[in-house]
Amino acid sequence: MAEHDHGSHLTEVELRVRALESLLVEKDLVDPKALDILIDTYEHKIGPRNGAQVVARAWTDPEYRQRLLDDATAAIAEFGFTGRQGEHMVVVENSPMVHNVVVCTLCSCYPWTVLGLPPVWYKSAPYRSRVVIDPRGVLEEFGLALPEEVEIRVWDSTAELRYLVLPRRPADTDGWSESDLARLVTRDSMIGVGLALTPDELTRQEAAS
Amino acid sequence: MNGAHDLGGMHGFGPIEREAREPVFHQEWERRCFAITLAMGAYGAWNLDMTRFARETMPPGEYLTTSYYEHWLHGLQRQLIEHGFVTLEEIEERVDALRREMGHAQT
Repeated sequence: MAEHDHGSHLTEVELRVRALESLLVEKDLVDPKALDILIDTYEHKIGPRNGAQVVARAWTDPEYRQRLLDDATAAIAEFGFTGRQGEHMVVVENSPMVHNVVVCTLCSCYPWTVLGLPPVWYKSAPYRSRVVIDPRGVLEEFGLALPEEVEIRVWDSTAELRYLVLPRRPADTDGWSESDLARLVTRDSMIGVGLALTPDELTRQEAAS
Repeated sequence: MNGAHDLGGMHGFGPIEREAREPVFHQEWERRCFAITLAMGAYGAWNLDMTRFARETMPPGEYLTTSYYEHWLHGLQRQLIEHGFVTLEEIEERVDALRREMGHAQT
């Protein structure tokens, strides 16, 4: 999407945000440098690579996996991933018979500490309205066709409770290190609209980028 | 409270549109709106439920036809006014002043 920030013709929305910031700065209520730091943090430092580390450890360390399923907030905090919109975490584990998928039908609740800020589609009306009544159809739209016998569980997040899906460990990854395994863990697999990459898919993806 | 935001189970919103290599923010004003909201939230004058409520007070027609960060902006402005950080008059005056400035910059 194109940027429209040319200064000379600001939209009403842009004018209003600029007006609010200038008023709050003038009243000494916000510091523009602190705003820059917040933006940099969520744009560059917090993202799905955090969650991928958590998943990879759960795949390699059975005791960690158990701690994660018993008390996700504490187990995730072992990595130092704490803070806003990750205060109360629940991890739901996929199995051969159960596939989990996460939504926030009311708004955009999402586990920021492990996934960063949500993509636009997650916050959009089509996803929020439909995944709860037609999860299988929605997953197919994401290119994920699950066998009929697999039960799909949809978790509706709230402002208090945030879900992270623990995807299944792909086949042919025996002996892989935690950091290599983390490369297989996509954002979408932790929302539940995808699976973790297979080693082949990872190779193809890395060759393409 | 139910309302336009309570979307679970509704029909007719069409296909899910995804963007390849989606950036975290699409426009500069989204970055600023996001950061101001977090920074002002740190004063503890309101909690997350109050913030959501403030966003959900947007008229339903408007809610469904505006973007996510426009919901944030609506909620932020309402909360700043309600909690006495700024007045609506101050905001409107500043918007007008900025608009005039931009007008001059164009000529």
